[in-house]
Amino acid sequence: MKRHVRAGARMVLGAMLLGASMLLSAFDTESMPTPEMQKRYNGLTHELRCMQCQNQSIADSPVGLAEDLRRDVREQIIAGKTDAQIRDSMVARYGNVILFRPPFQPSTAWVWLFPFLLLIIGGYIAFRIVRQRKAMVASDDSVIEPEDVTR
Amino acid sequence: MSRFLIPAAIFLALAGVLYVGVVHSPNKSTMQSALLGKSVPEFSLPVLGNPSGATLTKAQLSGRPWVLNVWATWCVACREEHAALLAISQQNALPLVGLDWKDEDEAALEWLKKLGNPYTVVVADRDGRTAIDFGVYGAPETFFIDADGRVQYRHVGPMTPEVWEREFLSRLPRGGLP
Repeated sequence: MKRHVRAGARMVLGAMLLGASMLLSAFDTESMPTPEMQKRYNGLTHELRCMQCQNQSIADSPVGLAEDLRRDVREQIIAGKTDAQIRDSMVARYGNVILFRPPFQPSTAWVWLFPFLLLIIGGYIAFRIVRQRKAMVASDDSVIEPEDVTR
Repeated sequence: MSRFLIPAAIFLALAGVLYVGVVHSPNKSTMQSALLGKSVPEFSLPVLGNPSGATLTKAQLSGRPWVLNVWATWCVACREEHAALLAISQQNALPLVGLDWKDEDEAALEWLKKLGNPYTVVVADRDGRTAIDFGVYGAPETFFIDADGRVQYRHVGPMTPEVWEREFLSRLPRGGLP
């Protein structure tokens, strides 16, 4: 009995999530002829930037230009273009900025490498702090008094 | 001393990176066209208000520099630049081709009748396909195309007499057009 309740709750939750996501993408009602094409369409439209709204993908944006770009992606997929060809055609018209994942080039190298540089610096600082504390604890053999704990 | 020096150095480095990011932000209207130096895309569009169904193609415009202005009646900034375009058209320096982007023909014709028509010819890009091929992301946008059919410059935002002088007239071959 309990299991049934839980399964029912899960279904309700699932339906709510689905409803919410359908509501969010209500402006993109077009579907592709095959599930494979639909999967590629979903992938591509989520990695292309809506040029009018910068931080949204064309899949998430209701503006007219995003709609036109989705139509462009749909038509290119149906025409038999590969994902790489479609990406290249977008870059040829709008530049690298249309890709949320910019290609690794001399001009974009710092975008890719800077986080790793920060990670190394942060790791070094953390390492030094840990070593310092360790040394403090090792050399401190005083007895902990009750008032020290409460403070 | 190094207790403060190292965090300060990290802060300055981060501030520098963010500053460069902000200055080169693609949000700036100076964002350059990906078509710069490249050939204009092929197009064949109906001439606005032409009942016989005439079309304008890229080939018809080759051999001389021309200007493409992307506009629409739903575009607020286009109304703002209209006076500048009218003044520019008086100079007769360059053919000014209007691309009416994702618009109603009737509304566009009404607009030109009421505000005046600065264009040599206007084509209707009703479904926005040609605008995408030009890499248009907002109206108004204005392109300078040279005699070889290559995009030399793109201006994003309302046209002004200063921009026209500095970025468009200056690109004409010395001594004006033949």
